[in-house]
Amino acid sequence: MTLAVKQTPNASAAALAVLAEGRRRKGVLAVAALVGLCLLLMLLSLGAGAFAIAPGRVADILMAKLGFGPADLLDSREALVVLNIRMPRLLLGALVGAGLAISGALMQGLFRNPLADPGLVGVSAGAGLAAATTIVLGDRLFLSTFAMKLPFALLPFGAFFGGLVSTLALYLIATRQGRTSVATMLLAGVALGALAGSLTGLLAFISDDRQLRDLTFWSLGSLGGASWTKLSAVAPIVLPLLFAVPLLARGLNALMLGEAEAYHLGIPVQRIKALAILLVALAVGASVASAGVIGFVGIVVPHLIRLSIGPDHRLLLPLSAIGGAALLVGADIIARLVVVPAELPIGIVTAFIGAPFFLWLLLRRGRIAEL
Amino acid sequence: MAILESIGLSFSVRGSTLVRDASLALEEGAMTIVVGPNGAGKSTLLKLLTGELAPSQGAVRMDGATLPQIPAWELACRRAVMVQNQRLAFPFSVYEVARLGLEGVGRAQSRARKGEIIAQALETAGVVGLAGRQYQTLSGGEQQRVQFARALCQLEAGRSVAQRQILFLDEPIASLDLCHQLSLLDAARSIAAQGAAVLVVLHDLNLAVTYADRLVVMHEGAIVAQGEPSAILDDNLLRGVFRVSLSFSRLPPAGQPFLLPQQHLTPVQPGGVVPLRAVSG
Repeated sequence: MTLAVKQTPNASAAALAVLAEGRRRKGVLAVAALVGLCLLLMLLSLGAGAFAIAPGRVADILMAKLGFGPADLLDSREALVVLNIRMPRLLLGALVGAGLAISGALMQGLFRNPLADPGLVGVSAGAGLAAATTIVLGDRLFLSTFAMKLPFALLPFGAFFGGLVSTLALYLIATRQGRTSVATMLLAGVALGALAGSLTGLLAFISDDRQLRDLTFWSLGSLGGASWTKLSAVAPIVLPLLFAVPLLARGLNALMLGEAEAYHLGIPVQRIKALAILLVALAVGASVASAGVIGFVGIVVPHLIRLSIGPDHRLLLPLSAIGGAALLVGADIIARLVVVPAELPIGIVTAFIGAPFFLWLLLRRGRIAEL
Repeated sequence: MAILESIGLSFSVRGSTLVRDASLALEEGAMTIVVGPNGAGKSTLLKLLTGELAPSQGAVRMDGATLPQIPAWELACRRAVMVQNQRLAFPFSVYEVARLGLEGVGRAQSRARKGEIIAQALETAGVVGLAGRQYQTLSGGEQQRVQFARALCQLEAGRSVAQRQILFLDEPIASLDLCHQLSLLDAARSIAAQGAAVLVVLHDLNLAVTYADRLVVMHEGAIVAQGEPSAILDDNLLRGVFRVSLSFSRLPPAGQPFLLPQQHLTPVQPGGVVPLRAVSG
């Protein structure tokens, strides 16, 4: 005797198809909403600041630039501000935001831990230490006139190098016989982060007043130095990250079951891990180099995405990129508007949004298994 | 013909030998069940056979090729594994967990075909009704069935690439109720009936005897007996290996062995020597 009414396979397949379709629609909706939000914020960002320009006017300038409007508009002061000052800044912000958010999502996937973040495992601290070294010791270490005049030109390379070295060190410490232990990696990351932090502190201690000010401002993060040149240095590093995402999504999904299980499923686990680590080092190095230390983007954005559409990396990774771009562009608008005509370091704004959010996550820890 | 063969497999870590000189063959269409007390090396043996661990000595051959030579993707088409670990890092739905079985081997399948495979696997594992639920909110037994569905997905998707397949199940019924214990083992047996080799690690001796075409008894890392259950099981072997006195009888009409544990004997400390003769049948 059957107690439960059993569905026929066809009926259950149909029900499952409806379920899958519903999820897909939710995903499409989320993509559309986030892209819309991001574009809106971008338009606002081009107009916002000490020299305010109406969004309609911004749109006219953009159309003119694309060849759909009077060309003489491009000679105006507003066009200069929009195209040469705010546009590179906007794009840099979007790239850095996307890079940081994807890095966060990648690390959380890699460590199978919702709280992992480039800041947590010392990657940002390593990049920061190298950058601080360039600021404070740059003119002592590199005695050429070139470096003495341009410590800030060395800074991006320094930060980038630092991120890469700390990630590699982390990877080497945690890898035994071709297998990477996540727990060792987290612990080693915390230790490396502390070490880098103390060395950065030491550098701050021996720095002179000018260097200390540079160091402070840089460690708070800012998109202020954005230019087309800087953008052209960062874009080739962050953009490949966006294109590598589809290569990693399946592997990271399988990794959620555990490394052995992912191997059983036919995923090249070591290759996925190495690629993810390299991409994180590149993206974090590039963003720290170009915009200083901007915290919490990598932890806030992927969480929000997971809460709204679930943890499937095929959607999580691209949506994190869009969401990260939107968050940083939005935070930059706030940074430019609250203390007009000056501007706040953007790291202050993101931490101001991110830290309470993080605390809220911890407070609802009872449900953290769902995150 | 054997799909998988292990020859003189040993595995040692930090001076202690977890598996010693294990040789066995997984035959096409046969269900092999591994039994043994805790720490006998059953799971380690399974890890060696699936390629998760590399043996210290000996080799595992699948259709002639030794394991490390087979690329991970191809290996995944040839065998699916359900391990004891049921944890999952993020809140995937049951449907998505089953679909994870296709992340590696299902790349070539169309979306519609994937949907079919998943629906069929969820049906077989009896978890269709849970498809929309969050995996982490399920009971241990339900999670185990979902993991079984995932392994079934992988096996089904892999079949388009490799016909001679193996299904490994490490204590798949540990948290299941009686009904689902039998339905999972029935499903495993029907997979064997379709031509795959199935290897199951079990604790329940009566179920092992009922379902096994071949029984493998492990003790302190070594295979002490293997063969057809009714041919190899006897009072002495069970006393020596499991440290229990059993009422051992045979059920009519086929004379299937039936075991009723009665009293435990003093457990042997690890490393203690129990005289056992190797049995083969």
